Amino acid sequence: MDVDGTRGRIADYLRDHQDKVVGRWSELVVAGGRGRTSVEEVRRELGGLFTLIVRVLSEADDHADGELQAALDELSRGRARDGFTPSETALGVFSLKEAVYELVADSAEMVPEFLALSRMIDDLGLSTFEAYSAAREQIISDQVTTMMELSTPVVRLWEGIIAVPLVGTLDSARTQLVMEKLLDTLVATGADHAVIDITGVATVDTEVAQHLLKTVSAARLLGAECTISGIRPQVAQTIVSLGIDFGDIATKATLADALALALRQAGLKVVQA
Amino acid sequence: MDRVPILKIGPTLFVSIQIDLQDESVILLQEDLADELAATGARGVIIDITAVEIVDSFIGRMLTMIGSISRLFDAETVIVGMRPAVAITLTELGLSMGGVRTALNAEKGLEILNGKT
Amino acid sequence: MDELPIKSGDDVVRVRQQVRTVAAKNGLSLVDQTKLVTAASELARNTLVHGGGGVARVEVVKSLNGRSGVKLHFTDEGPGIADVDLALTDGWTTGGGLGLGLSGTRRLVDEFELNSKPGAGTSVVVVKWSR
Repeated sequence: MDVDGTRGRIADYLRDHQDKVVGRWSELVVAGGRGRTSVEEVRRELGGLFTLIVRVLSEADDHADGELQAALDELSRGRARDGFTPSETALGVFSLKEAVYELVADSAEMVPEFLALSRMIDDLGLSTFEAYSAAREQIISDQVTTMMELSTPVVRLWEGIIAVPLVGTLDSARTQLVMEKLLDTLVATGADHAVIDITGVATVDTEVAQHLLKTVSAARLLGAECTISGIRPQVAQTIVSLGIDFGDIATKATLADALALALRQAGLKVVQA
Repeated sequence: MDRVPILKIGPTLFVSIQIDLQDESVILLQEDLADELAATGARGVIIDITAVEIVDSFIGRMLTMIGSISRLFDAETVIVGMRPAVAITLTELGLSMGGVRTALNAEKGLEILNGKT
Repeated sequence: MDELPIKSGDDVVRVRQQVRTVAAKNGLSLVDQTKLVTAASELARNTLVHGGGGVARVEVVKSLNGRSGVKLHFTDEGPGIADVDLALTDGWTTGGGLGLGLSGTRRLVDEFELNSKPGAGTSVVVVKWSR
Protein backbone atom coordinates (compact mmCIF):
# COMPACT_ATOMS: atom_id res chain seq x y z
CA MET A 1 0.00 0.00 0.00
CA ASP A 2 2.77 2.46 0.82
CA VAL A 3 4.78 2.07 -2.39
CA ASP A 4 6.82 5.22 -2.15
CA GLY A 5 6.81 5.77 1.59
CA THR A 6 4.42 8.74 1.55
CA ARG A 7 2.10 7.19 4.10
CA GLY A 8 5.01 6.45 6.36
CA ARG A 9 6.26 10.00 6.08
CA ILE A 10 2.93 11.61 6.86
CA ALA A 11 2.62 9.21 9.79
CA ASP A 12 5.94 10.47 11.12
CA TYR A 13 4.93 14.08 10.55
CA LEU A 14 1.68 13.57 12.42
CA ARG A 15 3.46 11.88 15.29
CA ASP A 16 5.91 14.77 15.56
CA HIS A 17 3.15 17.37 15.60
CA GLN A 18 0.64 15.38 17.62
CA ASP A 19 -0.30 17.96 20.24
CA LYS A 20 -0.70 20.79 17.77
CA VAL A 21 -2.76 18.72 15.34
CA VAL A 22 -5.05 17.14 17.92
CA GLY A 23 -5.49 20.52 19.59
CA ARG A 24 -6.51 22.29 16.40
CA TRP A 25 -8.64 19.30 15.31
CA SER A 26 -10.53 19.42 18.61
CA GLU A 27 -11.11 23.15 18.26
CA LEU A 28 -12.59 22.68 14.79
CA VAL A 29 -14.84 19.82 15.93
CA VAL A 30 -16.12 21.74 18.96
CA ALA A 31 -16.79 24.77 16.77
CA GLY A 32 -18.80 22.59 14.39
CA GLY A 33 -20.65 20.81 17.20
CA ARG A 34 -22.70 23.86 18.16
CA GLY A 35 -21.92 23.63 21.81
CA ARG A 36 -23.13 20.09 22.39
CA THR A 37 -19.71 18.72 23.26
CA SER A 38 -17.00 19.81 25.65
CA VAL A 39 -13.40 20.41 24.56
CA GLU A 40 -11.96 17.85 27.02
CA GLU A 41 -14.35 15.08 25.85
CA VAL A 42 -13.56 15.82 22.23
CA ARG A 43 -9.78 15.99 22.80
CA ARG A 44 -9.91 12.58 24.48
CA GLU A 45 -11.97 11.00 21.70
CA LEU A 46 -9.88 12.50 18.93
CA GLY A 47 -6.61 11.70 20.70
CA GLY A 48 -7.56 8.03 20.54
CA LEU A 49 -8.58 8.22 16.88
CA PHE A 50 -5.40 10.10 16.05
CA THR A 51 -3.20 7.38 17.49
CA LEU A 52 -5.06 4.75 15.51
CA ILE A 53 -4.81 6.75 12.29
CA VAL A 54 -1.06 7.11 12.74
CA ARG A 55 -0.76 3.38 13.38
CA VAL A 56 -2.67 2.57 10.20
CA LEU A 57 -0.56 5.00 8.14
CA SER A 58 2.70 3.63 9.46
CA GLU A 59 1.44 0.10 8.82
CA ALA A 60 2.91 -0.88 12.15
CA ASP A 61 0.59 -3.81 12.77
CA ASP A 62 -2.33 -5.77 11.33
CA HIS A 63 -4.88 -4.89 13.97
CA ALA A 64 -4.81 -1.14 13.52
CA ASP A 65 -7.22 -1.11 10.55
CA GLY A 66 -9.81 -3.15 12.40
CA GLU A 67 -9.45 -1.12 15.58
CA LEU A 68 -9.75 2.18 13.74
CA GLN A 69 -12.89 0.99 11.96
CA ALA A 70 -14.39 -0.23 15.22
CA ALA A 71 -13.59 3.06 16.98
CA LEU A 72 -15.15 5.06 14.16
CA ASP A 73 -18.27 2.85 14.09
CA GLU A 74 -18.66 3.31 17.84
CA LEU A 75 -18.26 7.08 17.48
CA SER A 76 -20.80 7.27 14.65
CA ARG A 77 -23.33 5.15 16.53
CA GLY A 78 -22.98 7.37 19.56
CA ARG A 79 -23.46 10.51 17.48
CA ALA A 80 -26.52 8.99 15.83
CA ARG A 81 -28.03 8.19 19.20
CA ASP A 82 -27.27 11.68 20.52
CA GLY A 83 -29.09 13.31 17.62
CA PHE A 84 -26.18 14.70 15.63
CA THR A 85 -26.68 14.87 11.86
CA PRO A 86 -24.63 12.57 9.62
CA SER A 87 -22.82 15.62 8.21
CA GLU A 88 -21.81 16.81 11.65
CA THR A 89 -20.47 13.34 12.36
CA ALA A 90 -18.52 13.11 9.10
CA LEU A 91 -17.25 16.68 9.46
CA GLY A 92 -15.68 15.63 12.70
CA VAL A 93 -13.44 13.31 10.68
CA PHE A 94 -12.88 15.69 7.76
CA SER A 95 -11.69 18.49 10.07
CA LEU A 96 -8.48 16.53 10.64
CA LYS A 97 -7.57 17.39 7.07
CA GLU A 98 -8.21 21.04 7.83
CA ALA A 99 -6.04 20.93 10.91
CA VAL A 100 -3.11 19.29 9.10
CA TYR A 101 -3.49 21.52 6.05
CA GLU A 102 -3.06 24.63 8.17
CA LEU A 103 0.35 23.30 9.24
CA VAL A 104 1.67 22.06 5.88
CA ALA A 105 0.11 24.74 3.66
CA ASP A 106 3.42 26.52 3.26
CA SER A 107 5.66 23.52 2.58
CA ALA A 108 5.36 22.42 -1.04
CA GLU A 109 7.24 19.16 -0.53
CA MET A 110 4.52 17.81 1.79
CA VAL A 111 1.93 17.78 -1.01
CA PRO A 112 2.09 14.03 -1.86
CA GLU A 113 2.05 13.17 1.84
CA PHE A 114 -0.93 15.41 2.45
CA LEU A 115 -2.75 13.83 -0.48
CA ALA A 116 -2.18 10.35 0.96
CA LEU A 117 -3.63 11.50 4.26
CA SER A 118 -6.50 13.23 2.50
CA ARG A 119 -7.45 10.10 0.61
CA MET A 120 -7.48 8.04 3.76
CA ILE A 121 -9.59 10.55 5.64
CA ASP A 122 -12.11 10.73 2.78
CA ASP A 123 -12.66 6.98 3.13
CA LEU A 124 -13.03 7.25 6.88
CA GLY A 125 -15.50 10.10 6.54
CA LEU A 126 -17.63 8.06 4.17
CA SER A 127 -17.57 5.07 6.46
CA THR A 128 -18.98 7.21 9.27
CA PHE A 129 -21.98 7.86 7.02
CA GLU A 130 -22.48 4.13 6.57
CA ALA A 131 -22.25 3.44 10.28
CA TYR A 132 -24.54 6.38 11.03
CA SER A 133 -27.24 5.13 8.61
CA ALA A 134 -27.02 1.64 9.98
CA ALA A 135 -27.45 2.96 13.52
CA ARG A 136 -30.49 5.07 12.56
CA GLU A 137 -32.05 2.08 10.86
CA GLN A 138 -31.60 0.04 14.02
CA ILE A 139 -33.29 2.76 16.09
CA ILE A 140 -36.22 2.85 13.69
CA SER A 141 -36.48 -0.93 13.64
CA ASP A 142 -36.51 -0.99 17.45
CA GLN A 143 -39.36 1.51 17.45
CA VAL A 144 -41.30 -0.61 14.95
CA THR A 145 -40.85 -3.61 17.23
CA THR A 146 -42.21 -1.66 20.20
CA MET A 147 -45.20 -0.52 18.18
CA MET A 148 -45.89 -4.08 17.08
CA GLU A 149 -45.72 -5.32 20.66
CA LEU A 150 -48.25 -2.73 21.75
CA SER A 151 -50.68 -3.49 18.94
CA THR A 152 -50.87 -7.25 19.36
CA PRO A 153 -53.15 -8.00 22.32
CA VAL A 154 -54.46 -11.45 23.11
CA VAL A 155 -57.77 -11.37 24.96
CA ARG A 156 -59.75 -13.96 26.85
CA LEU A 157 -63.27 -14.24 25.46
CA TRP A 158 -64.47 -16.97 27.73
CA GLU A 159 -63.21 -19.81 29.83
CA GLY A 160 -60.91 -21.69 27.49
CA ILE A 161 -61.48 -19.36 24.54
CA ILE A 162 -59.03 -16.62 23.58
CA ALA A 163 -58.99 -14.15 20.72
CA VAL A 164 -56.27 -12.36 18.78
CA PRO A 165 -57.65 -9.29 16.99
CA LEU A 166 -55.17 -8.42 14.27
CA VAL A 167 -55.03 -4.87 13.00
CA GLY A 168 -52.88 -3.55 10.17
CA THR A 169 -50.43 -5.62 8.21
CA LEU A 170 -49.46 -9.21 8.83
CA ASP A 171 -45.88 -9.56 7.66
CA SER A 172 -43.46 -12.24 8.79
CA ALA A 173 -42.11 -10.19 11.69
CA ARG A 174 -45.60 -9.52 13.00
CA THR A 175 -46.53 -13.17 12.51
CA GLN A 176 -43.62 -14.26 14.68
CA LEU A 177 -44.82 -11.94 17.42
CA VAL A 178 -48.44 -13.09 17.09
CA MET A 179 -47.41 -16.74 17.27
CA GLU A 180 -45.30 -16.16 20.37
CA LYS A 181 -47.99 -14.19 22.18
CA LEU A 182 -50.75 -16.57 21.17
CA LEU A 183 -48.87 -19.68 22.25
CA ASP A 184 -47.66 -18.15 25.53
CA THR A 185 -51.27 -17.19 26.29
CA LEU A 186 -52.46 -20.71 25.47
CA VAL A 187 -50.01 -22.08 28.01
CA ALA A 188 -50.85 -19.45 30.61
CA THR A 189 -54.65 -19.79 30.34
CA GLY A 190 -54.93 -23.44 29.34
CA ALA A 191 -57.30 -22.40 26.57
CA ASP A 192 -58.38 -24.95 23.96
CA HIS A 193 -59.73 -22.54 21.43
CA ALA A 194 -58.23 -19.50 19.71
CA VAL A 195 -60.07 -17.08 17.45
CA ILE A 196 -57.88 -15.09 15.08
CA ASP A 197 -59.80 -12.07 13.93
CA ILE A 198 -58.62 -10.45 10.73
CA THR A 199 -61.29 -7.74 10.35
CA GLY A 200 -58.56 -5.14 10.74
CA VAL A 201 -56.15 -6.70 8.29
CA ALA A 202 -56.35 -4.57 5.17
CA THR A 203 -54.93 -6.98 2.60
CA VAL A 204 -55.21 -10.73 2.64
CA ASP A 205 -53.02 -12.18 -0.07
CA THR A 206 -51.21 -15.50 -0.45
CA GLU A 207 -48.44 -14.42 1.90
CA VAL A 208 -50.83 -13.32 4.64
CA ALA A 209 -52.80 -16.55 4.23
CA GLN A 210 -49.57 -18.54 4.67
CA HIS A 211 -48.81 -16.61 7.83
CA LEU A 212 -52.27 -17.38 9.16
CA LEU A 213 -51.89 -21.06 8.29
CA LYS A 214 -48.54 -21.13 10.09
CA THR A 215 -50.06 -19.53 13.18
CA VAL A 216 -52.90 -22.05 13.25
CA SER A 217 -50.46 -24.94 12.78
CA ALA A 218 -48.41 -23.79 15.74
CA ALA A 219 -51.47 -23.34 17.97
CA ARG A 220 -52.65 -26.83 17.04
CA LEU A 221 -49.35 -28.29 18.22
CA LEU A 222 -50.39 -27.02 21.64
CA GLY A 223 -53.71 -28.78 21.33
CA ALA A 224 -55.78 -25.68 20.58
CA GLU A 225 -58.36 -25.46 17.86
CA CYS A 226 -58.48 -22.28 15.81
CA THR A 227 -61.10 -20.29 13.97
CA ILE A 228 -60.35 -17.41 11.65
CA SER A 229 -62.97 -14.69 11.85
CA GLY A 230 -63.47 -11.31 10.22
CA ILE A 231 -63.62 -12.47 6.63
CA ARG A 232 -65.05 -9.51 4.79
CA PRO A 233 -66.91 -10.08 1.48
CA GLN A 234 -64.14 -8.56 -0.68
CA VAL A 235 -61.53 -10.55 1.20
CA ALA A 236 -63.52 -13.75 0.61
CA GLN A 237 -63.53 -13.05 -3.11
CA THR A 238 -59.80 -12.33 -3.15
CA ILE A 239 -59.06 -15.52 -1.25
CA VAL A 240 -61.05 -17.64 -3.68
CA SER A 241 -59.64 -15.98 -6.78
CA LEU A 242 -56.08 -16.46 -5.47
CA GLY A 243 -56.84 -20.12 -4.93
CA ILE A 244 -56.01 -19.98 -1.22
CA ASP A 245 -57.28 -22.98 0.67
CA PHE A 246 -57.74 -22.84 4.41
CA GLY A 247 -58.18 -26.59 4.51
CA ASP A 248 -59.90 -27.75 7.65
CA ILE A 249 -59.62 -24.45 9.49
CA ALA A 250 -63.04 -23.00 10.28
CA THR A 251 -63.58 -19.47 9.02
CA LYS A 252 -66.36 -17.10 10.01
CA ALA A 253 -67.51 -13.64 8.98
CA THR A 254 -67.54 -12.11 12.46
CA LEU A 255 -65.92 -12.56 15.84
CA ALA A 256 -69.40 -13.17 17.25
CA ASP A 257 -69.97 -16.10 14.89
CA ALA A 258 -66.59 -17.51 15.83
CA LEU A 259 -67.37 -17.20 19.54
CA ALA A 260 -70.69 -19.02 19.01
CA LEU A 261 -68.85 -21.82 17.20
CA ALA A 262 -66.21 -22.07 19.91
CA LEU A 263 -68.86 -22.23 22.64
CA ARG A 264 -70.70 -24.94 20.73
CA GLN A 265 -67.50 -26.95 20.39
CA ALA A 266 -66.89 -26.54 24.09
CA GLY A 267 -70.30 -28.00 24.74
CA LEU A 268 -71.66 -24.73 26.08
CA LYS A 269 -74.98 -23.08 25.34
CA VAL A 270 -76.14 -19.52 25.91
CA VAL A 271 -79.71 -19.38 27.30
CA GLN A 272 -82.11 -16.61 28.18
CA ALA A 273 -81.89 -15.78 31.89
CA MET B 1 -27.29 -44.93 27.14
CA ASP B 2 -30.26 -43.32 28.86
CA ARG B 3 -33.45 -45.35 28.76
CA VAL B 4 -36.65 -43.36 29.11
CA PRO B 5 -38.90 -44.99 31.74
CA ILE B 6 -42.46 -45.98 30.76
CA LEU B 7 -45.17 -45.82 33.41
CA LYS B 8 -48.40 -47.74 33.16
CA ILE B 9 -51.47 -46.25 34.85
CA GLY B 10 -54.66 -48.12 34.00
CA PRO B 11 -54.96 -48.51 30.24
CA THR B 12 -52.50 -45.73 29.54
CA LEU B 13 -48.74 -45.67 29.13
CA PHE B 14 -46.98 -42.51 30.30
CA VAL B 15 -43.61 -41.38 29.03
CA SER B 16 -41.93 -38.23 30.27
CA ILE B 17 -38.90 -37.11 28.30
CA GLN B 18 -36.73 -35.12 30.67
CA ILE B 19 -33.40 -34.64 29.02
CA ASP B 20 -31.73 -33.64 25.80
CA LEU B 21 -32.12 -37.03 24.20
CA GLN B 22 -29.50 -38.63 22.09
CA ASP B 23 -30.77 -40.18 18.88
CA GLU B 24 -30.16 -43.73 20.08
CA SER B 25 -32.28 -43.13 23.19
CA VAL B 26 -35.25 -42.10 21.06
CA ILE B 27 -34.93 -45.22 18.92
CA LEU B 28 -34.75 -47.32 22.10
CA LEU B 29 -37.89 -45.59 23.38
CA GLN B 30 -39.70 -46.57 20.23
CA GLU B 31 -38.69 -50.20 20.74
CA ASP B 32 -39.54 -50.19 24.44
CA LEU B 33 -42.97 -48.70 23.74
CA ALA B 34 -43.70 -51.31 21.09
CA ASP B 35 -42.77 -54.01 23.60
CA GLU B 36 -44.94 -52.49 26.33
CA LEU B 37 -47.93 -52.02 24.04
CA ALA B 38 -47.69 -55.62 22.91
CA ALA B 39 -47.25 -56.91 26.46
CA THR B 40 -49.92 -54.82 28.21
CA GLY B 41 -52.54 -54.14 25.57
CA ALA B 42 -52.59 -50.49 26.65
CA ARG B 43 -55.08 -48.33 24.72
CA GLY B 44 -53.31 -45.00 24.97
CA VAL B 45 -49.85 -43.43 25.13
CA ILE B 46 -49.07 -40.01 26.56
CA ILE B 47 -45.66 -38.59 25.73
CA ASP B 48 -44.85 -35.56 27.85
CA ILE B 49 -42.30 -33.27 26.21
CA THR B 50 -42.69 -30.33 28.60
CA ALA B 51 -38.99 -30.49 29.43
CA VAL B 52 -37.82 -30.88 25.84
CA GLU B 53 -36.17 -27.75 24.48
CA ILE B 54 -35.32 -28.95 20.99
CA VAL B 55 -37.34 -31.10 18.61
CA ASP B 56 -35.61 -31.41 15.26
CA SER B 57 -36.83 -33.28 12.19
CA PHE B 58 -35.35 -36.56 13.42
CA ILE B 59 -37.04 -36.45 16.82
CA GLY B 60 -40.23 -35.17 15.17
CA ARG B 61 -40.25 -38.11 12.78
CA MET B 62 -39.59 -40.53 15.65
CA LEU B 63 -42.58 -39.15 17.52
CA THR B 64 -44.89 -39.57 14.54
CA MET B 65 -43.52 -43.09 14.05
CA ILE B 66 -44.41 -43.88 17.65
CA GLY B 67 -47.92 -42.73 16.77
CA SER B 68 -48.05 -45.11 13.82
CA ILE B 69 -46.67 -48.00 15.85
CA SER B 70 -49.24 -47.40 18.59
CA ARG B 71 -52.05 -47.39 16.08
CA LEU B 72 -50.96 -50.85 14.91
CA PHE B 73 -51.61 -51.94 18.48
CA ASP B 74 -54.95 -50.13 18.39
CA ALA B 75 -53.69 -47.49 20.79
CA GLU B 76 -53.75 -43.73 20.41
CA THR B 77 -50.81 -41.45 21.14
CA VAL B 78 -51.00 -37.90 22.45
CA ILE B 79 -47.94 -35.65 22.64
CA VAL B 80 -48.38 -33.16 25.47
CA GLY B 81 -46.61 -30.10 26.79
CA MET B 82 -44.88 -28.90 23.67
CA ARG B 83 -43.13 -25.61 24.41
CA PRO B 84 -44.18 -22.54 22.38
CA ALA B 85 -40.65 -22.04 21.05
CA VAL B 86 -40.56 -25.67 19.90
CA ALA B 87 -44.00 -25.42 18.27
CA ILE B 88 -43.00 -22.27 16.39
CA THR B 89 -39.75 -23.89 15.23
CA LEU B 90 -41.47 -27.10 14.09
CA THR B 91 -44.02 -25.07 12.15
CA GLU B 92 -41.25 -23.13 10.46
CA LEU B 93 -39.46 -26.40 9.65
CA GLY B 94 -42.63 -27.58 7.97
CA LEU B 95 -43.12 -30.62 10.18
CA SER B 96 -46.81 -31.20 10.68
CA MET B 97 -46.64 -34.07 13.19
CA GLY B 98 -49.51 -35.65 11.31
CA GLY B 99 -50.77 -38.85 12.83
CA VAL B 100 -50.37 -37.86 16.46
CA ARG B 101 -52.72 -35.79 18.56
CA THR B 102 -51.29 -33.02 20.65
CA ALA B 103 -52.52 -31.45 23.87
CA LEU B 104 -51.43 -28.73 26.24
CA ASN B 105 -50.80 -31.05 29.19
CA ALA B 106 -51.21 -34.61 30.44
CA GLU B 107 -54.66 -33.86 31.88
CA LYS B 108 -56.02 -32.69 28.54
CA GLY B 109 -54.19 -35.56 26.88
CA LEU B 110 -56.10 -38.01 29.05
CA GLU B 111 -59.39 -36.30 28.17
CA ILE B 112 -58.64 -36.97 24.53
CA LEU B 113 -57.79 -40.60 25.21
CA ASN B 114 -60.96 -41.08 27.24
CA GLY B 115 -62.99 -39.88 24.32
CA LYS B 116 -64.12 -36.58 25.73
CA THR B 117 -62.75 -34.67 22.73
CA MET C 1 -14.53 -19.31 17.77
CA ASP C 2 -15.19 -22.84 18.99
CA GLU C 3 -14.40 -25.86 16.93
CA LEU C 4 -16.30 -29.07 17.67
CA PRO C 5 -15.77 -32.46 16.05
CA ILE C 6 -18.82 -34.33 14.76
CA LYS C 7 -18.06 -38.01 14.88
CA SER C 8 -20.92 -39.47 16.92
CA GLY C 9 -24.43 -38.93 18.23
CA ASP C 10 -22.93 -37.58 21.46
CA ASP C 11 -21.09 -34.95 19.42
CA VAL C 12 -24.39 -33.80 17.92
CA VAL C 13 -25.74 -33.30 21.44
CA ARG C 14 -22.58 -31.38 22.38
CA VAL C 15 -22.94 -29.12 19.35
CA ARG C 16 -26.54 -28.35 20.36
CA GLN C 17 -25.48 -27.48 23.88
CA GLN C 18 -22.63 -25.27 22.76
CA VAL C 19 -24.78 -23.40 20.24
CA ARG C 20 -27.45 -22.93 22.91
CA THR C 21 -24.92 -21.45 25.34
CA VAL C 22 -23.42 -19.07 22.78
CA ALA C 23 -26.81 -17.98 21.44
CA ALA C 24 -28.14 -17.24 24.92
CA LYS C 25 -25.03 -15.26 25.81
CA ASN C 26 -25.34 -13.10 22.72
CA GLY C 27 -28.82 -11.73 23.04
CA LEU C 28 -30.90 -14.08 20.92
CA SER C 29 -34.51 -14.44 22.12
CA LEU C 30 -35.72 -17.81 23.37
CA VAL C 31 -37.51 -18.58 20.11
CA ASP C 32 -34.49 -17.55 18.06
CA GLN C 33 -32.22 -19.67 20.25
CA THR C 34 -34.51 -22.64 19.73
CA LYS C 35 -34.55 -22.09 15.98
CA LEU C 36 -30.78 -21.81 15.77
CA VAL C 37 -30.11 -24.85 17.96
CA THR C 38 -32.63 -26.88 15.95
CA ALA C 39 -30.92 -25.79 12.73
CA ALA C 40 -27.57 -26.76 14.26
CA SER C 41 -28.98 -30.15 15.17
CA GLU C 42 -30.21 -30.73 11.61
CA LEU C 43 -26.91 -29.66 10.08
CA ALA C 44 -24.79 -31.57 12.57
CA ARG C 45 -26.80 -34.69 11.93
CA ASN C 46 -26.41 -34.24 8.16
CA THR C 47 -22.68 -33.87 8.61
CA LEU C 48 -22.60 -37.10 10.62
CA VAL C 49 -25.02 -39.21 8.61
CA HIS C 50 -24.50 -37.96 5.04
CA GLY C 51 -21.03 -36.49 5.33
CA GLY C 52 -19.34 -39.30 7.23
CA GLY C 53 -18.44 -37.01 10.08
CA GLY C 54 -16.92 -33.53 10.10
CA VAL C 55 -16.47 -30.35 12.06
CA ALA C 56 -18.71 -27.61 13.45
CA ARG C 57 -17.44 -24.09 14.11
CA VAL C 58 -19.35 -21.66 16.31
CA GLU C 59 -18.49 -17.98 16.09
CA VAL C 60 -19.91 -14.73 17.43
CA VAL C 61 -20.22 -12.02 14.80
CA LYS C 62 -21.19 -8.34 14.78
CA SER C 63 -23.23 -6.52 12.15
CA LEU C 64 -22.58 -3.01 10.87
CA ASN C 65 -25.19 -1.51 13.17
CA GLY C 66 -23.81 -3.18 16.24
CA ARG C 67 -26.09 -6.22 16.53
CA SER C 68 -24.58 -9.49 17.66
CA GLY C 69 -25.11 -12.69 15.80
CA VAL C 70 -24.05 -16.32 15.91
CA LYS C 71 -22.40 -17.89 12.89
CA LEU C 72 -22.21 -21.66 12.44
CA HIS C 73 -20.04 -23.46 9.94
CA PHE C 74 -20.44 -27.17 9.23
CA THR C 75 -17.94 -28.95 7.02
CA ASP C 76 -17.39 -32.52 5.98
CA GLU C 77 -15.26 -34.38 3.45
CA GLY C 78 -18.12 -36.65 2.46
CA PRO C 79 -19.60 -37.54 -0.93
CA GLY C 80 -21.12 -34.07 -1.41
CA ILE C 81 -24.56 -33.22 -2.75
CA ALA C 82 -25.16 -33.99 -6.40
CA ASP C 83 -28.09 -31.65 -6.96
CA VAL C 84 -27.94 -28.70 -4.58
CA ASP C 85 -31.04 -27.05 -6.05
CA LEU C 86 -33.09 -30.17 -5.53
CA ALA C 87 -31.88 -30.52 -1.96
CA LEU C 88 -33.04 -26.97 -1.26
CA THR C 89 -36.53 -27.17 -2.77
CA ASP C 90 -39.62 -28.32 -0.91
CA GLY C 91 -41.35 -25.14 0.11
CA TRP C 92 -43.42 -24.89 3.23
CA THR C 93 -45.76 -27.84 3.11
CA THR C 94 -47.60 -29.95 5.61
CA GLY C 95 -45.71 -33.06 4.55
CA GLY C 96 -43.07 -34.61 6.81
CA GLY C 97 -39.62 -33.27 5.89
CA LEU C 98 -37.71 -35.79 3.80
CA GLY C 99 -34.09 -36.19 2.91
CA LEU C 100 -31.65 -33.63 4.21
CA GLY C 101 -34.21 -31.19 5.58
CA LEU C 102 -32.17 -28.28 4.24
CA SER C 103 -35.04 -26.16 2.98
CA GLY C 104 -36.65 -26.23 6.40
CA THR C 105 -33.35 -25.47 8.10
CA ARG C 106 -32.88 -22.47 5.84
CA ARG C 107 -36.14 -20.98 7.10
CA LEU C 108 -34.88 -21.12 10.67
CA VAL C 109 -31.90 -18.83 10.09
CA ASP C 110 -31.24 -15.36 8.69
CA GLU C 111 -28.36 -16.24 6.37
CA PHE C 112 -27.70 -19.58 4.73
CA GLU C 113 -24.90 -20.59 2.39
CA LEU C 114 -24.37 -24.10 1.04
CA ASN C 115 -21.40 -25.23 -0.99
CA SER C 116 -21.13 -28.79 -2.12
CA LYS C 117 -19.77 -30.76 -5.03
CA PRO C 118 -19.93 -34.50 -5.55
CA GLY C 119 -16.69 -35.94 -4.22
CA ALA C 120 -15.58 -32.65 -2.72
CA GLY C 121 -17.43 -32.57 0.59
CA THR C 122 -20.00 -30.11 1.85
CA SER C 123 -19.87 -26.79 3.67
CA VAL C 124 -22.85 -25.03 5.21
CA VAL C 125 -22.63 -21.60 6.85
CA VAL C 126 -25.59 -20.09 8.68
CA VAL C 127 -26.03 -16.90 10.69
CA LYS C 128 -28.76 -15.87 13.11
CA TRP C 129 -28.84 -12.27 14.32
CA SER C 130 -30.17 -10.94 17.59
CA ARG C 131 -33.02 -8.46 17.20
